[in-house]
Amino acid sequence: MSRSDNTVKKFFEKIIEKIILLNGFACILFVILIFFFLAKDGLALFKVSSPIQFFFGLLWNPLAEPPQYGIVPLLLGSIMVTLGAIAISVPLGLACAIFIGEIAPRWMREILKAGVELLAAIPSIVIGFIGMTMLAPFVKNLFGLPTGLTALTGSIALAFMAIPTIVSIMEDAITAVPRTYKEGSLALGATHWQTIYRVTIPAASSGIVASIMLGIGRVIGETMAVMMITGNASVIPHSFLQPVRTMTATIAAEMGETVIGSDHYFALFAVGLVLFAITFVINFFADMALHQQKK
Amino acid sequence: MKRKALSLMCLSVLFTYAAMPAAYAARDMIQIKGSDTMVNLGQAWAEEFMMQNPEASIAVTGGGSGTGMAALISGTCDIAESSREIKDQEMEAARKNGHDVHEFIVAVDAIAVVVHPSNPVKQLTIEQLSGIYTGKIKNWNELGGKDQKILALSRERNSGTHVYFLEEVVRMGVEKGPEQFAPEVLMLPSSQAIISEVSQSETAIGYVGLGYVSDRVHIPAIALSNQGPFVSPTLETTMDKSYPLSRSLLFYTGREPEGTVKNFIDFVLSEEGQEIVRIMDFVPLR
Repeated sequence: MSRSDNTVKKFFEKIIEKIILLNGFACILFVILIFFFLAKDGLALFKVSSPIQFFFGLLWNPLAEPPQYGIVPLLLGSIMVTLGAIAISVPLGLACAIFIGEIAPRWMREILKAGVELLAAIPSIVIGFIGMTMLAPFVKNLFGLPTGLTALTGSIALAFMAIPTIVSIMEDAITAVPRTYKEGSLALGATHWQTIYRVTIPAASSGIVASIMLGIGRVIGETMAVMMITGNASVIPHSFLQPVRTMTATIAAEMGETVIGSDHYFALFAVGLVLFAITFVINFFADMALHQQKK
Repeated sequence: MKRKALSLMCLSVLFTYAAMPAAYAARDMIQIKGSDTMVNLGQAWAEEFMMQNPEASIAVTGGGSGTGMAALISGTCDIAESSREIKDQEMEAARKNGHDVHEFIVAVDAIAVVVHPSNPVKQLTIEQLSGIYTGKIKNWNELGGKDQKILALSRERNSGTHVYFLEEVVRMGVEKGPEQFAPEVLMLPSSQAIISEVSQSETAIGYVGLGYVSDRVHIPAIALSNQGPFVSPTLETTMDKSYPLSRSLLFYTGREPEGTVKNFIDFVLSEEGQEIVRIMDFVPLR
């Protein structure tokens, strides 16, 4: 009896092991399949339009005759909104992470952590909605602009979406710094603040870099909020107080209208491919930074 | 033994889920997809129709006319709502998938040009509008207004309204003309976004379907040429075709309508259905 029970147990063990193995590989398989799917349709664009026109074209005008598929305004739009969001969220996130990790008393730490995680749970459409009805008029009046739908408005809204990612990873990195480092520093007569910025932050720097990278990855792929509040004008941006059109908003806004298999459809896939490449590189560097910390 | 029972249970749960879609595929379920302009109108029709025919169930979703066409081609909707005519490419793709496309004109919509209530410009020609949207006219003082830079707003490219405005206004009726929206034109994702932006911004100009106009914005009269006549969009001027910017709102089906689909289209075209068009601030066929 017990013997047969054992074989059954072993049998289940094996099956479950295999299922878990399969699941592990499935994730990688999906990424590879998505990449090939994107590449297949994205690269088809270059049969009708040269890569030079795509990568260096200054006009995005898919409904023109002949259509113009220049990614430059979209790429610059995405980069601009992302840089703005990072410039806002990194100082805020760093301060928040230091406070949570090093300064706040235990009871407050738990409340703050829950609050930051709650911020991550707000759907992006809600942030877009608040951005459109509250933030855009505020930015418009503050700077006396013709419209509040600008790169800056998008950056501010996206900063709030990046902060949870940045804070939680930074806070992990900061609390992971060995106690002995801090105690050594304090024993040498350094103040609490000196210890934080001379010892703790440098020791956690690779985790901090990783958190910024993942924050960038979060922001550059965001679509809905950006589409609602950046104005989506496909100009080459010269200032933050100007409407911009991002790659994600372009794909979201135009995919519905394209005929499947048309040049415009392939052009949107090519934009998606560029976006995928960017997030891939960012994640790669974030991973490298995280591994460096572990060493 | 317990474990065996557990895994059996898991399996049976899995099978139940797998079998579910079949149970849900009720016979009188109609999927309507497409134009954002028409989504509220379609919803109003569907609600009234379902009130009278409790066994029918109609789901209406938006996404843009192009989305509706794509769904029609792939066979995932019964009726595609569209605020523009089907393109040749789409017709071909539908035929290739074995669909026999039928078109029904169900209502008429006027495109109203909207500006801020404080804007002194009370009338515009199509040529002037084309100049504004192609970036040739950049300041309101060129049109008799204040010395302010024009902020031109448009719908996104997935909108049938966008395509209509591009062909009839920006290209002045030449479908494949060379004119293009200037890169500076803001592309907003909804008609509501255009109304809210125009009502907040003194220098803005935008366009929306007549159903979206509210008293927070001003509507300049439009003329084909500067000889006039300048006409404001209303129910009457759209019905007698004296207002130049109007278009048909359409239904497309992938085959000869029958059953509930046919009843629904008959209802839409009936006196009652057209009364709903009037209530929803669109223009009825008769």
